[in-house]
Amino acid sequence: METVPKLGNNVPPKKDKLQGKKKKPRRYWEEETTQTAAGASPGPPRKRKRNRELRPQKPKNTHSTKKSRISKKPQVPKKPRERRSPGPQRSLSGAQDPFTGPAPVPVEVVQKFCRIDKSKKLPRSETKIRSRLEAAEAQEEEISVKAARSELLLAEEPGFLEGEDGEDTAKICQADIVEAVDIASAAKHFDLNLRQFGPYRLNYSRTGRHLAFGGRRGHVAALDWVTKKLMCEINVMEAVRDIRFLHSEALLAVAQNRWLHIYDNQGIELHCIRRCDRITQLEFLPFHFLLATASETGFLTYLDVSVGKIVAALNARAGRLNIMTQNPYNAVIHLGHSNGTVSLWSPAMKEPLAKILCHRGGVRAVAVDSTGTHMATSGLDHQLKIFDLRGTFQPLSARTLPQGAGHLAFSQRGLLAAGMGDVVNIWAGQGKASPPSLEQPYLTHRLSGHVHGLQFCPFEDVLGVGHSGGITSMLVPGAAEPNFDGLESNPYRSRKQRQEWEVKALLEKVPAELICLDPRALAEVDVISLEQEEKERLERLVRSRPPRARAFLTPTSCPHHVLRSAVPCLGSLFQVSLLSPPSGLRSRHQASLPAKAKAEGPQLYSKSGEEEEEGHG
Amino acid sequence: MSSSRAAESLLALNQQEELEDLPREYPLSTSEDEGDSDGERKHQKLLEAISSLDGKNRWKLAERSEASLKVSEFSVSSEGSGEKLVLSDLLEPVKTSSSLAAVKKQLNRVKSKKTVELPLHREEIERIHREVAFNKTSQVLSKWDPVVQKNRQAEQLVFPLSKQQSIFAPIEHVVSGWKARTPLEQEIFNLLHKNKQPVTDPLLTPMEKASLKAMSLEEVKMRRAELQRARALQSYYEARARREKKIKSKKYHKLLKKGKAKQALKEFEKLRKVNPAAALEELEKLEKARMMERMSLKHQNSGKWAKSKAVMAKYDLEARQAMQEQLARNKELMQKIQAASESAEEEGGAEEEGEPFVPDVVNEVQVKADTPNPWMFRNHSGDTKEAEVQGDPEELAEPAAQEAPESEEEGPVVAEEILLKEFKERRSLRQKSRLNQIAKPVGSQEAKDLSSQEVLSELRALSQKLNRESHQSRKQELSSTRTVLAVQREEPAGEEEEPLLLQRPERARTLDELEELGKKGCFQNKELPRVAVEGQQLERNPSNHLGVPKEKKRKEQMIDLQNLLTTKSPSMKSLAVPTTVEELEDEERDQRQMIKEAFAGDDVIRDFLKEKREAVEASKPKDVDLTLPGWGEWGGVGLKPSAKKRRRFLVKAPEGPPRKDKNLPNVILNEKRNIHAVAHQVRMLPYPFTHHQQFERTIQTPIGSTWNTQRSFQKLTMPKVVTKPGHIIKPIKAEDVGYRSSSRSDLSVVQRNPKRLSIRHKKQLKKISVD
Repeated sequence: METVPKLGNNVPPKKDKLQGKKKKPRRYWEEETTQTAAGASPGPPRKRKRNRELRPQKPKNTHSTKKSRISKKPQVPKKPRERRSPGPQRSLSGAQDPFTGPAPVPVEVVQKFCRIDKSKKLPRSETKIRSRLEAAEAQEEEISVKAARSELLLAEEPGFLEGEDGEDTAKICQADIVEAVDIASAAKHFDLNLRQFGPYRLNYSRTGRHLAFGGRRGHVAALDWVTKKLMCEINVMEAVRDIRFLHSEALLAVAQNRWLHIYDNQGIELHCIRRCDRITQLEFLPFHFLLATASETGFLTYLDVSVGKIVAALNARAGRLNIMTQNPYNAVIHLGHSNGTVSLWSPAMKEPLAKILCHRGGVRAVAVDSTGTHMATSGLDHQLKIFDLRGTFQPLSARTLPQGAGHLAFSQRGLLAAGMGDVVNIWAGQGKASPPSLEQPYLTHRLSGHVHGLQFCPFEDVLGVGHSGGITSMLVPGAAEPNFDGLESNPYRSRKQRQEWEVKALLEKVPAELICLDPRALAEVDVISLEQEEKERLERLVRSRPPRARAFLTPTSCPHHVLRSAVPCLGSLFQVSLLSPPSGLRSRHQASLPAKAKAEGPQLYSKSGEEEEEGHG
Repeated sequence: MSSSRAAESLLALNQQEELEDLPREYPLSTSEDEGDSDGERKHQKLLEAISSLDGKNRWKLAERSEASLKVSEFSVSSEGSGEKLVLSDLLEPVKTSSSLAAVKKQLNRVKSKKTVELPLHREEIERIHREVAFNKTSQVLSKWDPVVQKNRQAEQLVFPLSKQQSIFAPIEHVVSGWKARTPLEQEIFNLLHKNKQPVTDPLLTPMEKASLKAMSLEEVKMRRAELQRARALQSYYEARARREKKIKSKKYHKLLKKGKAKQALKEFEKLRKVNPAAALEELEKLEKARMMERMSLKHQNSGKWAKSKAVMAKYDLEARQAMQEQLARNKELMQKIQAASESAEEEGGAEEEGEPFVPDVVNEVQVKADTPNPWMFRNHSGDTKEAEVQGDPEELAEPAAQEAPESEEEGPVVAEEILLKEFKERRSLRQKSRLNQIAKPVGSQEAKDLSSQEVLSELRALSQKLNRESHQSRKQELSSTRTVLAVQREEPAGEEEEPLLLQRPERARTLDELEELGKKGCFQNKELPRVAVEGQQLERNPSNHLGVPKEKKRKEQMIDLQNLLTTKSPSMKSLAVPTTVEELEDEERDQRQMIKEAFAGDDVIRDFLKEKREAVEASKPKDVDLTLPGWGEWGGVGLKPSAKKRRRFLVKAPEGPPRKDKNLPNVILNEKRNIHAVAHQVRMLPYPFTHHQQFERTIQTPIGSTWNTQRSFQKLTMPKVVTKPGHIIKPIKAEDVGYRSSSRSDLSVVQRNPKRLSIRHKKQLKKISVD
């Protein structure tokens, strides 16, 4: 306590001369200066001190340097800088910022945004490359930190049902949930009793605002299901197999008995696409503007809806196709077949990208979760399996269901719904990335008819079920992503906004041929053509050189052994031919080459040898 | 090196020039007296020829050094050869004359110089000049290196290159540049400076703050001494307690108790005088003791001990007495307290008699002094203790609760004890902070704890005796479970407080019970998880056995299937709807059907395997057969080339890379390239990269606004060079980057034409090269 300078009763110090006599009151800044200037003469340091006292807050640089010239002490200008650097910056009021620097960001959140795969070992690289790599890594770090900071803006949090100590959440029925939630949410649970027009298929628009459903007996309707405003309702007087919204809620594709029809939101038929006939299933790839159709005739057809062209029509060679789903992560189409396999398709390839044997009986339903890591399949063997799609395609978990699931659907947050007869079961996983654990259902619900279509509504905790008795919209807490991207799929967008988004989306349309199993592979160098080009370059180089020089220009890294063996032999030939009369040159050359080539082995017969001959014959 | 060489040659040049100059100044030197000494010379020659005959000085062929009229056939010039003219000889006659001294000196100088080298070739000279010029130029230009480097590495260049932007300065720095102008300001500043106040920062500096916070040296010393003392006291006290504990004499203990009771009485008396409120509280305690007695009827000879004594009472006087005593005690306790004095006495008696009881009461009051209802209080204490066990933060609150009892206990407790307790609490506090790190098995720890703690504080021991007694039976029960638990749980270290320890078994049991209950519940609820786990294992198996034949896998699946068939799915249970029950009844039929389906699926697997084999075959690179039938052999119908030849001309296709689905039995992966996608891939490595992986790493982060925040998107797509429209972009000047302009000017001169160097520049160059 004694060391603290008492500000109040401090004797005001006199001029310098007086100070010499008295015992000076020690202050915090003097302590250092006296220590540092202990060896120096008493004159200049004091002067410096005084100078500092006048401006303890570190005045302008020029001033101090000038002083330093006077005092002839080189350390002087350094001193204040050293003092200033360690302490935190203070404001005029003297208040210190208790949290200096930028706010800390949790590492795991940052990790989520990091995309450079550091697991791969790089070959040793020289400094120039290394500095580039370091710069790239630093940049990644910076932008991922920024992205992690912006997570703060995701204000909504997902909710979940939690049973009170051991209570089974599956026993909570819809009525209980509806009773517990607020009025607005309770209004999202409803039943449409439409017994007349048979089992219904349904589809939500990408924003989750609109719902379209089509009954087997021709009933097609689209509505804003949140406000329950009907947009259109028609009867197409034909069997409706499937229904799907295109990129926006204004267009509606309906797979009818014969052909594929496209309606607008007024129910006016815009197109009848006769090239797609006897469609059983529809799937829309929003980023590629592709409508994938699976037909009874066994064709998978990709229709580009932005230009109205059929991009690809692939024959699956597996009979009737009636199970189809898309992988939202890489836009690969999964088809389920009656021989228990699931095949993965891209419009760029005539053959399936992969075929997975999933079930011993036929496949009944397939669903892929939004991250593209898990695929759920159910088969005629009454099994429900979850596969890992990240390279291994192995089942993670399996379960036998008493009836087997006829329909499967994943929610945005990874909940799995299965329709089994007239019962819908929903399973939940531990976290967002984990697969749903099939031990205990999260929710169950019994419907008035057999399930015919299932889909989770995007951005709403709602599961839409189409069944023989109509449509049921049931509440599933924790199903959907709570935060929507207002620029990407805004449920509350106006007409104008929708139009603008449409233009933007069309501009950003991804070409159909880019669909592949690993979309990140596009960011890789095409190694095969790189090597090919390198080889060709070397070949050209060899050909452009005079023959003597070629002997030295044997490509070191070139795997083209033909070239290497051919070159010296040609060189020697040329020398020989110089000695012989010019008239016989060509004939000799031609005659000798095949003989030599034979001696060398069969590979000289290949093209390169002939090329060499042409170049110099 | 080259520069030094150049320097040398230049030096030579210099000398040459000098030499050239010299003959012009002194044209006559040797030709003055040519004619007169012919005879002499001949004579000399003869002499020399003779002297050289002895072999040492062989006659050297004379060389013709200048043109002469007659050339002798002996190749001797008319003047004679081999004769050397010595300068000093020439000058001999004029030796004395001083006018020629200068000349002589000069001649001497010339003589001392060696022979002059030939002037260098023009090319050579030019080369040297070039070299020097190059060195100079590169030296001059090298100062631009950092500038160029900086501009190359800069993320963005804005042209025209703007001046350095003003640095963001905090307001203080701006203010500090400000000077007092008006007299008032000056006055204020003067005042401030006189007082040596910090001008810009009116508050305390961090240094001052730190020193304010810090303790003074004396304080530290005091504290340390205190701690030392406490430690010494503790050890002393421990030793004493141990000694006392060993004493078996009942009489001694009785006396001890009595003494204590007396002291307590005395204290109470004192308290009553000094602080009536505290005394009242004490009375309240007694009241509570009464309540407890009425509640528990502990002293009504109903306990185990009492019953055993009752058997003995007939014969044993002592036993009878003891029973009597207990009854009396009961009465005493049951009595209502009328007056303060009486109660005091009573308390004394109580202390004397049933010592375990009173401390119990005191202890309980400690914990919850303000709740008068003993029913309520027990729960409460339990709660707090539970909280203690559960977490640190709650434990931190605990010592505060203990401080209250301290003040109350001051009566019966000696000053030393207080000190000790204080110390102990401090220590325990410290330990709690460390609690998480230390994990020790309780089993061994507890015994030690008990002993040490018992010794530690008497009051504690007394108060807890009862507690312990009550818990003992339970402890024994739970000893086994506790040992198990000990391994699992992390426990606080040695100096944990006693109540915590005592509480633990109870707590542990509750936990155990809960677990057991949970387990039972689980077992009742779900029998399935086991099966599911089995199923998972079986499912995983195929991936483990890589090349395992498929039959095995199929078998496993069969088992799997049947296994699962017999079990019910939980979804059925949870649904609990009548229709599902019907389904349950149908299970038999279902099962049969399923098995049938399973068998039907057998050829599904076979088909798949066949398909896969075909795919693998198709993807394999094929061998090339280059045999020409009939080449070097007989040809014709039905003649095949020989096996040897075929073998020779069969080009084996190189083994391709292993298939990606080699280890995945249930998957066929397409190995074909997606040519359309390849068209969008990079196929050239940009300059500094030598391996494609290096380049890939730099392009892995997406730069679109879909994946990035707005700010980082802008930064990622920032143009490398920005030009301001309507501004002239001038070439960079030396002044712009802080060099003097002079160096630039001579650079320009050098650059103009190194061939046409002026003399001045030559000299300059020389100078440089010499330096």
